[in-house]
Amino acid sequence: MHCEIVTQPITDLEGLMDRVRSDSDGAVILFTGVVRNHDAGRSVESLHYEVYMEMARAKLLDICRDVGADEDVGDMAVVHRVGDLTVGDVSVAIAVAAPHRDAAYRASRTIIERLKQEVPIWKRERYTDGEEKWLGGASPGTPNTPIA
Amino acid sequence: MKVKSLFFAVYRDRIGADELVLELPDGSTVADLAAVVRERAGGRLPEVVVTAVNQEYVSSETTLREGDEVAFIPPVAGG
Repeated sequence: MHCEIVTQPITDLEGLMDRVRSDSDGAVILFTGVVRNHDAGRSVESLHYEVYMEMARAKLLDICRDVGADEDVGDMAVVHRVGDLTVGDVSVAIAVAAPHRDAAYRASRTIIERLKQEVPIWKRERYTDGEEKWLGGASPGTPNTPIA
Repeated sequence: MKVKSLFFAVYRDRIGADELVLELPDGSTVADLAAVVRERAGGRLPEVVVTAVNQEYVSSETTLREGDEVAFIPPVAGG
């Protein structure tokens, strides 16, 4: 299991797939999240990702551990980039190897869905008109009672 | 007791700091801390906020201890 948060461009996607593959795996799935040029009807120029580093790393490992316990998968790797990204940049790469593809597809999907729900990473969009805005997102963790 | 609070993203922008160390009475809860922070921030922190203590998500009734690190977590948007 390899979970990493980086500030440099994610470039070696083939290497990531090689890294998780073992000879008993019949499927290697790679998911990449990439920065697109639009969101909610607005034209996006770039994104800025912020992270609570230690907790985000720990949460990524938790997610992969859970997925490894639930699915018949081999190795997994998640690399999330933070900082300033532009359209076309890979923000996250998730590689999953498994003996069979069903488990690999499910595991890959679960990892990205849980990442989006639970990992303390935030994105701020910059639009082509110059405005910047922190995106709303998911509320992770336990429910909180309202604070008086 | 001293407790460190961390702020990220939109909360950091609103509060104007990424970190605050605050003195709290022993036995204070996360909710107590949030109330203090909210007042310091002129109310610019939501009434219901997700928090993590020492990097685990917790409920606001959680009791704090000396040296705890409390992160105020805005809605997350990774990936």
